[in-house]
Amino acid sequence: MAFTNEELERYSRHIILKEIGVKGQKKPLNGKVLIIGAGGLGAPAAMYLAAAGVGTIGIADADVVDLSNLQRQVIHTTNDIGKLKVESAAETMRAINPGIQVNTYHTFVSSENIMDLIADYDFILDGTDNFPAKFLINDACVMAKKPLSHAGIIRFKGQLTTIIPGEGPCYRCIFKNPPPKDAVPTCRQAGVIGAMGGVIGSLQAMEAVKYLTGTGDLLVGYLLTYDALTMEFHKIKLPSRKGGCAVCSDTPTITTLIDYEQIACDLKDR
Amino acid sequence: MKIKVAGEVKEVKEGLTLTELIEIEQVETPQYVTVSLNEEFVESGSFAETVLKDGDDVEFLYFMGGGR
Repeated sequence: MAFTNEELERYSRHIILKEIGVKGQKKPLNGKVLIIGAGGLGAPAAMYLAAAGVGTIGIADADVVDLSNLQRQVIHTTNDIGKLKVESAAETMRAINPGIQVNTYHTFVSSENIMDLIADYDFILDGTDNFPAKFLINDACVMAKKPLSHAGIIRFKGQLTTIIPGEGPCYRCIFKNPPPKDAVPTCRQAGVIGAMGGVIGSLQAMEAVKYLTGTGDLLVGYLLTYDALTMEFHKIKLPSRKGGCAVCSDTPTITTLIDYEQIACDLKDR
Repeated sequence: MKIKVAGEVKEVKEGLTLTELIEIEQVETPQYVTVSLNEEFVESGSFAETVLKDGDDVEFLYFMGGGR
């Protein structure tokens, strides 16, 4: 299908890139990305993916917009307080780009629903704020062989990696099990600088667009860390995928999804 | 001897163990840190007996649970 004149103009700054071109820009239009969590990471990621013309974007979140979200969750505005986050996020994405399909899922992810949620998507973006969800998403993506952008942010730090099951290490290769409740602080307990979601969430969107367009090298096998206080990015080469992982090895010991205790979500500013 | 910690070359004493390095580096929540030594993960139970050698490359990988 040829681009309309409006699409040619809308995506002209992508199309002019020799790495993307007309051919490359058609791929995201046929691509489907699921964003889990419409918060600090999910907000900027959703906006950039909508603007980039990712044809179908799913967004999953169980919460409503709270005043304390607005310091970082730039997809929501003051007028959205009290609205479902998925609805508020979908409105902004549709306003940015009416040419895309936005699917909303007003739910927490669990072992019951995650396989169905991710089934229709080409790339999954983890924007959740707790370890049970991050492990669940990793395991589900490994089992369903779905590419995943994993990220975490806290205080003045953030990190991300891209997981392509079978090609490189997964989240569980690095961190075997979730830490016990309250052993490692969450953003709610420790705070997070608002623009960190913008930095790391935008990098997640970058990986999704690169994956869909087949451009450049992904962060497969690397953990990229960012420290805003020292203004340093550090790319850590991860050990190559070996037999030991409980979920992504050829002989996994974890073969069903686990709902770990929901430890991070006790205050209102989720 | 010289080792690399998070990409930075540091002068440390001979025979330094991973547990001692974790103390020197003031690693936060050390019981939950993942350590990569020369691009291999070190079992968390064996930090104390892991003696570092000249030229070793150590990375600390931290849990980061935030995102929303």
